[in-house]
Amino acid sequence: MSRDPSRDVAIVAFAQSDSLRRTDDLSEVEMLMPVLHDVLRQTGLKTSDIGFTCSGSSDYLAGRAFSFTMALDGVGAWPPISESHVEMDGAWALYEAWVKILTGETDTALVYSYGKSSPGSVRDVLTRQLDPYYLAPLWPDSVALAALQAQALIDAGETDEPALAGIAARSRDAAVGNPHAQLRGARPQGDHVVAPLRQGDCPPIGDGAAAVILAAGDRARELCERPAWIRGMDHRIEAHSLGVRDLTDSPSTRLAARRAGAFDGAPFDTAELHAPFTSQEVVLRKALKLDETVRVNPSGGALAANPVMAAGLIRLGEAAAGIHRGESDRALAHATSGPCLQQNLVAVLEGEPHVR
Amino acid sequence: MTATPATLRAPLVVEFPFTRSLGPVQAAFLTGLRERTVLGVRTEGGQVLVPPVEYDPETAAELRELVEVDATGTVTTWAWNPDPRPGQPLDTPFAWVLVRLDGADTALLHALDAPGPEHVRTGMRVRVRWAAERTGAITDIACFEPYDSERDAAPARPHDGLFDEPVTGIVAAARLDYTYSPGRAQTDYLHALAEHKTVGERCPSCSKVYVPPRGACPTCGVATTEPVEVGPRGTVTTFCIVNIKAKNLDIEVPYVYAHIALDGAGLALHGRIGGIPYDQVRMGLRVEPVWSEDGRYPDHYRPTGEPDADYDTYKELL
Ligand SMILES: [Zn+2]
Repeated sequence: MSRDPSRDVAIVAFAQSDSLRRTDDLSEVEMLMPVLHDVLRQTGLKTSDIGFTCSGSSDYLAGRAFSFTMALDGVGAWPPISESHVEMDGAWALYEAWVKILTGETDTALVYSYGKSSPGSVRDVLTRQLDPYYLAPLWPDSVALAALQAQALIDAGETDEPALAGIAARSRDAAVGNPHAQLRGARPQGDHVVAPLRQGDCPPIGDGAAAVILAAGDRARELCERPAWIRGMDHRIEAHSLGVRDLTDSPSTRLAARRAGAFDGAPFDTAELHAPFTSQEVVLRKALKLDETVRVNPSGGALAANPVMAAGLIRLGEAAAGIHRGESDRALAHATSGPCLQQNLVAVLEGEPHVR
Repeated sequence: MTATPATLRAPLVVEFPFTRSLGPVQAAFLTGLRERTVLGVRTEGGQVLVPPVEYDPETAAELRELVEVDATGTVTTWAWNPDPRPGQPLDTPFAWVLVRLDGADTALLHALDAPGPEHVRTGMRVRVRWAAERTGAITDIACFEPYDSERDAAPARPHDGLFDEPVTGIVAAARLDYTYSPGRAQTDYLHALAEHKTVGERCPSCSKVYVPPRGACPTCGVATTEPVEVGPRGTVTTFCIVNIKAKNLDIEVPYVYAHIALDGAGLALHGRIGGIPYDQVRMGLRVEPVWSEDGRYPDHYRPTGEPDADYDTYKELL
């Protein structure tokens, strides 16, 4: 397939809130608005300049139906705008916006997502995404399901508790340089939450929001000194039932990566992996064939800040921001959703060798 | 400036008994559990899936060939749960397990009752402990328990899936508990209401006053911050007559529900109109709020007795 350079799409700006354990004094739109203003300010765009707006969030986190409509106040949805919402992490909203730009319908898109885990019990809330016939009546929480995967990895000889603790420590050390992260610096692994996973193997529970602006071709070059070009992006899903999957592998990540072009071209210098549990990084590194030359989660990743529904979009944003700053030339970004890495999205981002 | 009042918080319970119908395979499986019989389904490739599904996870082919497997099996992976949560199968510490039942090629998720993690390992033999009362649900398996026996080689055998009084649906009850907090703007609004004042917020960009305020101007996409007291009087901009009594509501029908533009507000809010026969309410009617004794918000609005407002004064607020 020949490529039309005017339809090359880039992430041209990224903003995120601090990830905080509680944000009682802020409604969702109050939490989101500074992030939207930040990302618009970076490009000089006004909301009326944006061709398409797409968001990701979850009613189950909010405990209210159609909760995303309230957040629309923050983007100035009057007069009417072209808008869409995914009941998923904002990474999938970014995918939708990318497709919209590829069709030629628009040259710019605003993508945002947010989640407040603090009002409810996120471990219980996430059980409601499970199969309602065979799984949900047993209330297996998100840590329990991740722990089953961790034990499968240990049994297969692919990791052990000290190795998992090493992933936890590396992630939180890296987060020292990330002012938005929730857990920064060394901390004890703690007791088993659900063995073999300890407190330190699990992500913090927090609230947060993120936003990204996408633009096509020359528009992207006008808006950003060094756009993070999306060279490929794909997402794949595996069978819902954990009992039919090999939990030590992630064929959906590997397939999405292949289709996104991750295994072609120059090696990656950076990978932002959406691995809320330490054990999931082991699975993703294998699926993506990442070796020690690749910087994994220099932001600290989801182990340092995991605002549900925004953590995947933040991976794409962090990878792009590294390119904007000139610290990275070719980065892989990954987002996940569902139990034990059920759904996976992979994007390949590149900066041009020469700044204009 | 007044001191910032404490952010409001209140319990919010989301509870729903999802009523779900079952397809032919799931119905046979769950009815079978009620009868202490575990069914799987055979794929075109010859694999036996337990729990069974109606479409092949790999090929999407329709699956209908039911087979019976044993109520004994082998743990394929596990996780020790020291602190059971509400709704989980056991209320004492237990292991989550994936169990491949004898005769099956895939694993079923459930709980294993064991004295401690040192009694659990991948590869251990387990058997179903049936619930005393069974209704046709996954919880008819109370849990698994250790089973000290070698695997007997009985392969999956054909089953017609037919039972007396088959289960055709399940009720998937769920309850989630939240602590809702409405954020800064709505907290300020609710605190003012408790003092019988209606306070909106003005947009710094377009000057419109939002009541109730949500902290943002949806036209400009900017934060609204300047508090503005509006009302207490206002004008009915439009209304409807409610003829059907809502459950748990002790208001006699018919009654009028209206949009009311409080004086100084940039948009209308909702309220019930009282103190006037329902068929005499009209656009332009001037009204004022009526608080019940301990009410934190107006119970309803009643006519002030003023002449009706001129249409031009509220046409932008319809
Ligand atoms: Zn405004």
